[in-house]
Amino acid sequence: MTDLLQVTESGLYCPAGDFYVDPWRRVPRAVITHAHADHARPGCGRYLCAAPGKLVLRTRIGAASPIDTLRTGESLSINGVRVSLHPAGHLLGSAQVRLEHAGVTWVVSGDYKLQADPTCAGFEPVACDVFVTESTFGLPVYRWQDPAVIAAEIDGWWRANRDAGRTSVLLAYSLGKAQRLAALVDPSIGPIVAHGAVMKMVEAYRASGVRLPPIDRVPPRARRVGDGRALVIAPPSVLGGSWLKLFGASSVAMASGWMLLRGVRRRRGFDRGFVVSDHADFPGLLAAVEATRARRVLVTHGFSDVLARVLRERGLDASVLPTQFVGEAAPDAADPEEDGGGDDDAPGGRGDDVGAAAAPAAEVQAP
Amino acid sequence: MKRFTDLYWRLDACTGTTDKVAALREYFASAPPDDAACALAVLCGARQLRAVSTGQLRHWAAEVTGHQPWLVEESYAHVGDLAETLALLLPDRVPAEDGTDNAAEGLAAVVQRTIRDLRHESDDRKREVVTAVWRRLGARERIVWHKLLTGGCRVGVSRTLVARALAELAGVDPAVMAHRLMGDAATDGAGFSQLLAREPTAADARRPYPFFLAAALESGDVAAVSAALGDVALWQAEWKWDGMRAQLVRRGDDVTLWSRGEELVNEAFPEVVQAARGLPPGTVLDGELLAVRDGRLLGFAALSKRSGRRRVPRKILAEIPCLFVAYDLLEAGGSDLRDRPLAERRRLLEELLPNSFADVLAGGDAARTAADRPHLSPLVSAVSWTDLAAQRAEARHRGVEGLMLKRLAGAYGTGRTRGEWWKWKIEPLEIDAVMLYAQAGHGRRAGLHSDYTLGVWHEGELVTVAKAYSGLSDAEIVEVDRIVRATTLEKHGPVRICRPTLVFQLAFEGVSHSTRHKSKLAVRFPRIVRWRRDKEPAEAGTLDDLKRMIDSGGC
Repeated sequence: MTDLLQVTESGLYCPAGDFYVDPWRRVPRAVITHAHADHARPGCGRYLCAAPGKLVLRTRIGAASPIDTLRTGESLSINGVRVSLHPAGHLLGSAQVRLEHAGVTWVVSGDYKLQADPTCAGFEPVACDVFVTESTFGLPVYRWQDPAVIAAEIDGWWRANRDAGRTSVLLAYSLGKAQRLAALVDPSIGPIVAHGAVMKMVEAYRASGVRLPPIDRVPPRARRVGDGRALVIAPPSVLGGSWLKLFGASSVAMASGWMLLRGVRRRRGFDRGFVVSDHADFPGLLAAVEATRARRVLVTHGFSDVLARVLRERGLDASVLPTQFVGEAAPDAADPEEDGGGDDDAPGGRGDDVGAAAAPAAEVQAP
Repeated sequence: MKRFTDLYWRLDACTGTTDKVAALREYFASAPPDDAACALAVLCGARQLRAVSTGQLRHWAAEVTGHQPWLVEESYAHVGDLAETLALLLPDRVPAEDGTDNAAEGLAAVVQRTIRDLRHESDDRKREVVTAVWRRLGARERIVWHKLLTGGCRVGVSRTLVARALAELAGVDPAVMAHRLMGDAATDGAGFSQLLAREPTAADARRPYPFFLAAALESGDVAAVSAALGDVALWQAEWKWDGMRAQLVRRGDDVTLWSRGEELVNEAFPEVVQAARGLPPGTVLDGELLAVRDGRLLGFAALSKRSGRRRVPRKILAEIPCLFVAYDLLEAGGSDLRDRPLAERRRLLEELLPNSFADVLAGGDAARTAADRPHLSPLVSAVSWTDLAAQRAEARHRGVEGLMLKRLAGAYGTGRTRGEWWKWKIEPLEIDAVMLYAQAGHGRRAGLHSDYTLGVWHEGELVTVAKAYSGLSDAEIVEVDRIVRATTLEKHGPVRICRPTLVFQLAFEGVSHSTRHKSKLAVRFPRIVRWRRDKEPAEAGTLDDLKRMIDSGGC
């Protein structure tokens, strides 16, 4: 029996339904798990995404192509394949794609996290026969703390900076992480200011009905901003440019799961690193896999070979799905998945297609 | 333990030297003397005792976490720091029922209980103690404790900064404190209190002076060297021997021989210590330990068989005889000469040491056995920079690394003060080599593939010749890391075998025969000079190119 999904040059393809999931080339019909740049490329004929993510996706791909949506609980038949979308908890409108055909059910997780996030619906496990999972943080050293603990750390840092008259610059991916952080921090400490790339997505979130605290845009031609009290949320691409000089004395922190490692923190030279991720940690990945009750698991995007081996040792039929999603998790890679587009208006910012031209990943199983 | 942990992470977080000195000063001002002495030894990089092996720690961590050993290894390969890997893998801290808190235990007590006392215990007992401490420490403390436990606790501060902090605390000059920190400084609380004394102490008598270090001349070009250094007559030139830097202290009835790592190495070089007894008391020499037999230099590899030993077997003593070649006089008649100009120090040194090392090399053993004193480092005379450059160009045949240039009017400085002492090394040998394997680095380069095994062509195949860790910029390493991941053919634990696509220009000091690499050759001190983006792997060098370098004296 042929698989319901296959890896092709254009991406993950469903031959029975003649459509792609998160294609990396322009294809006639694309089902999108979420709007990050390496999952949602512009230029496809027609898109399908979860209803809450429509505006965000529209902001990313432009006005040209039609976007169909499905609400949770709704399904659609595409050439006989039943397609439904289920919350993945990664960011607003992120979805797991459930496919059912000839009595077999597949679920493609996209990117997901199990932690609560005030800006999007939480991850819902979906029973299936075959589960395609991400593995960005698929090593047991990655275990997240309660987001409330991290929020308190960020607040403490912001408060101390404010009292010392230093602007707090928090670097985070402009779509998803930035909005989640804005919703997590305590807005009574001071004003929240956002970089243009972040602001564009803040507006898309608000238009989609997500409540966020008041956030000011950094004026386009400002020479000096704020008096050292503000929390500035900006994409990492502002590093090394002149944009940060707008704020005078500042403390620069990065919010990312990779900040867990001391070596990465030191190498990147941030004043602070906050360990907060929109991906599942290692126990989260294992819990998600178990909750699907899938017998067969295909692992992609990250420490695929490691997670696949762990799952095999737990008695599952698990293997690596070679995809073009950047090959592998790398703390320093210009990760298009997280650091996606929308940063084009940032000084020294990168375009949407960062890493898109990367050679096909040679994911090789550990011997 | 908590106070030291806080210091460790505070030093880790701050980048400016003023902040680091402040952190150190506050720590030393508040820590109990026993803890302070213990911390000082760690900060100064003193050799640390080990109670458990890293293998045991990994094994026990796998048992405690229930992870397979391979998964612990994968984690380590990614994190690049074993202490941190284990701290992250282990389950969260469980507070003790009786309220005892390991973090509250003083550093000296922790080191005593979990390292010194534990060394002679059974493995079962070690496991019991280690796993018990794990349950009681948070991740931050665990990392620091693991580093102490495995004897690899290095903190990102130089000894100069430690000396500055202690000098501020004691109210003495930083140079005085730097001197006090030499050798086996404070080993306990009483020693630490003495260190902070305002007046000179008895312990000062054995101590060596801080070593003055030379900076490397960036350019080998005669015009550039001449422009930077001025008239050649202002400079003293000597060969840069491939030996082991050392300081010979002859005071009272004592002779002490100190390595640059400030370890006492008397036992490893008994004949050198014996020969120094002929020196008048109150003499301190700076120089180089060299292995020489029958007028021939035996090279650094031979010398390493002597150094680091507590007792040297008679056979090795006979096979690898060593001597001390002195190039500076730091103290004579008990007075510190370091502020006097080199020309004067050199004149006094020549008066003190009648035997030149040049005679040893020229005349075989006769000159050597006659020596009851260390040997004098011969000068290299030159009428011009061009003349000197010509002598340097031939230096590879002499078995030296190049030239040392010292300003005749200069004082003996401390640390690496630029401008007075220069090393003008021989131009390295070079070859274009292809990256074949990559491995993730450690510390700042944790998780980044920054260690490369390189190969050259031989009969249509690429054979490995060197492993190189340095030479690329941080940005280039990130870029190479991405290429490594994209071109991986196989993974063997932390090592990735890559499709050959990258060519690096490799510099090295010499080529010799070896069994370590497939090529049967090894290059000395290999490092990457630059990334040859303009070259395809097919254009890289060959094994025959390297063999020719041996033939032309490159060994």
